[in-house]
Amino acid sequence: MRPVSLAEIESLAIGAWILGTGGGGSPYLALLNMRRLYRDGVLVRLMDPMDLADDDLVAIVSNMGAPLVGQERLTDPRTIERAVRMMEEYLGRRFAAVMSLEIGGGNSIQPFMAAAMLGLPVVDGDCMGRAFPEAQMTSFAIHDLPMYPLTLADVRDNAVIVARAESWKWMERLSRTACVAVGSIAGTCKAPRTGKEVKECGILYTTTQAMRLGQAVQAARRAHRDPVQAVIDAERGLRLFTGKVQDVARRATEGFLRGTATLEGLDADRGHAFRVAFQNEFAVGWLDGEVRVTTPDLICVLDTVSGDAVGTETLRYGQRVTVVALPAAPILLTPKGLEHVGPRAFGYDLDFRSVFA
Amino acid sequence: MIDGSPAKPLRRRIGIDVGGTNTDAVLLDGERVVAAVKTPTTADVTSGITRALAELLAAAPAAARVGAAMIGTTHFTNAVAQRRGLTRIAAVRIGLPASASLPPFVDWPDDLAELVRGDVLMLEGGHEYDGRPIVPFDAAGMRAAARRFREAGVTSVAVASVFSPLDPSCEEQAAAILAEECPDTAVTLSHRLGRIGLLERENVTLLNACLLDLARKTARAFTDALRASGIVAPLYLTQNDGTVMLAEVAEQYPVYSFASGPTNSMRGAAFLSRLADALVVDVGGTTTDVGALRHGFPREANNVVEVGGVRTLFRMPDLLSLALGGGSLVTLDPLSIGPVSVGYRLTTESRVFGGSTLTATDVGVAAGLLDLGDRQRVADLPAPLVGRAIQRIGAMVEEAVDRVKTEAGDVPLIVVGGGAFLVPARLAGVSSVIGVEHQAVANAVGAAIAQVSGEVDQIFQALPREEAIARASRVAEDRAVTAGAARGTLRTVEVEDLPLAYLPGNSLRVRVRVVGEIADRGPTEGLDDRDGRA
Repeated sequence: MRPVSLAEIESLAIGAWILGTGGGGSPYLALLNMRRLYRDGVLVRLMDPMDLADDDLVAIVSNMGAPLVGQERLTDPRTIERAVRMMEEYLGRRFAAVMSLEIGGGNSIQPFMAAAMLGLPVVDGDCMGRAFPEAQMTSFAIHDLPMYPLTLADVRDNAVIVARAESWKWMERLSRTACVAVGSIAGTCKAPRTGKEVKECGILYTTTQAMRLGQAVQAARRAHRDPVQAVIDAERGLRLFTGKVQDVARRATEGFLRGTATLEGLDADRGHAFRVAFQNEFAVGWLDGEVRVTTPDLICVLDTVSGDAVGTETLRYGQRVTVVALPAAPILLTPKGLEHVGPRAFGYDLDFRSVFA
Repeated sequence: MIDGSPAKPLRRRIGIDVGGTNTDAVLLDGERVVAAVKTPTTADVTSGITRALAELLAAAPAAARVGAAMIGTTHFTNAVAQRRGLTRIAAVRIGLPASASLPPFVDWPDDLAELVRGDVLMLEGGHEYDGRPIVPFDAAGMRAAARRFREAGVTSVAVASVFSPLDPSCEEQAAAILAEECPDTAVTLSHRLGRIGLLERENVTLLNACLLDLARKTARAFTDALRASGIVAPLYLTQNDGTVMLAEVAEQYPVYSFASGPTNSMRGAAFLSRLADALVVDVGGTTTDVGALRHGFPREANNVVEVGGVRTLFRMPDLLSLALGGGSLVTLDPLSIGPVSVGYRLTTESRVFGGSTLTATDVGVAAGLLDLGDRQRVADLPAPLVGRAIQRIGAMVEEAVDRVKTEAGDVPLIVVGGGAFLVPARLAGVSSVIGVEHQAVANAVGAAIAQVSGEVDQIFQALPREEAIARASRVAEDRAVTAGAARGTLRTVEVEDLPLAYLPGNSLRVRVRVVGEIADRGPTEGLDDRDGRA
């Protein structure tokens, strides 16, 4: 267990936004909360998952809701704290640590906000290794661990416990309904995990992975080196395409932001075109009409100059971007994993072939 | 004057642009530039305007009988950047228990926050995205605070409520209470300024509130300068979307003048070239701004823009600025260009004007691109190195222009500004490079031709896309008419719709902007004639 500096959390925010693969929401507001908490003397500790006892209980936290609502009803550490405390009350047991549901985007920092309020350590890891749009797209779901109970709290005095759910779909439906009722933004504590489950079924060390990724980008910027190359080097990634956004088509369906963006090639890719489809996160990429990359490989669209991630909501005409693939966690690449997060899980009748194979 | 008033176009107008270096003034008659003058900007701003007007009147006595005078100024942007002339303010945030952990000023630079942050108050209230109240508005708390403000002598208050762009009622109630309890206090409401995004909208509101005092003084000084010059005409201040507001209205919204200088240049470029859709490059002494014209107006930035280190999200032109201008310092071997510039000292420090500093202007003269100063003073520069420098400058402009392009295919590029000679005659992706008459005063021309606008940015639910856009358009049109436009002249210049992830019921965020001609505000010319002014 070691203390985490504010500088590391700043780096985490940069790295997590990249691992968000276009979704997961910007970590900016969560980072502002951490700056204030640290200024008030808080120090959060990071825990190696291997230090968890098998029967320790770990709170899996995430902020649920519409990114746009999050821009008005700003994330507040007390909300996530409430969700965790209510789960403790419901279970009649105390948590030993908190952990992120998804390391991609703003939810990478939610466990730090919870930890700051609860005095608990944050486990180095998550259960996606990136960001995904749906509840069953986690390593815990791939391992068939139960999806209940779930607690959900808002900033008022409203809280909901989903005690049981027949399936992940039902859990998503029930919790989403409650979330919409309280204004489409809520803190959630997902089904609690034992230390043994985290060690065996979690995607480990992704918190420090995201911090290192952010540090690599910051170091490259300071040294006036190419931050995109720094991302590729840090993650053993692959540069897929460099171009400029030529067209973006978005539509909201079933509560998701879906669409495609077309890039026109620049530099070495001049004369070629890249199309990338998204459902909150980037899911499939085509080079000149041929499938080039699919989920669960991480498809990251980065600002070519700054190396900053570009979200599916902020993509716009004229942006200079580089598409980079980063390797996914091995669990997501298993046949069972691909059932949950492969191209068919997103409605694409395609076989998964990793660009790293 | 509101509905159905005939759009009698104002024929004669004066446009003035107060820049960091020069104050430019033009007289426009219909579509014709009758006279144009360029004078140095003065420290007090006003005497520079008085002098520009005196020169303009000398060149064209008809300038005394105009329908309107428009002034564009960077005064308020500079005040924020240089942290001067700002007022200490009170901030009211309505939205508790939501958003409590990130209070007003939370992401401001410390030095600026310490200068302007007074009482910071957070009250219960605000709305959900679907219009439900979060909790009831704490009117009693507002009233108690308003009494405190009066006792403490607070002069300016910023009010921001959660989701006020969708439902402004909490902010309006707060304003009503403030008007009752402390009628002399100026109030800025966030929904009048910003878009969805509480912190960024609130930041704009706070900036506006701390500029109000300066804005009032400045607008009155402008009015006095106009009157002292013998010109009896309504005074408008230009806004950063290429439109104007009457000075007495504009002084309540100083933030809308941010970036109005480049906007005026682009609008002037559109007018002088008669192109509505084109790229514009404005090469000044220190910086070059590149922007895109759509329907004759600058394309808007749809992202966060920092002003003096403060993150804001509101109506701003989408510009790419690079540190390149006629005054940029140049070394030939090894080759380097900018980012430092001699700025207004160009006429004393550059080589062709007898100084010892090599600037982009000197290189331009050496290359034969323009005739300025003493050509002999740059005759010693080796031609191949000069050629390489000109090529590099051209490549910088080319790259910037290409970054601003949003569509495939070649588009025309209009070139304005004193450093226009630095723009190559041919650029990749550009169909033609277009120079215009009066390019050095394009910004003052842009000020003179400004129109009036109305804008809406709202979420619609369970409506077909076309219906949502139609409703938004009606709101925008009403707002434009309220701002002084003649309804018959209104046209839509921007429509954008964005489906919202995770929100139920087919939610669509729609942004619409319309513009129109200024409705004729009455018998200014007749009045002048009766007064016998000339």
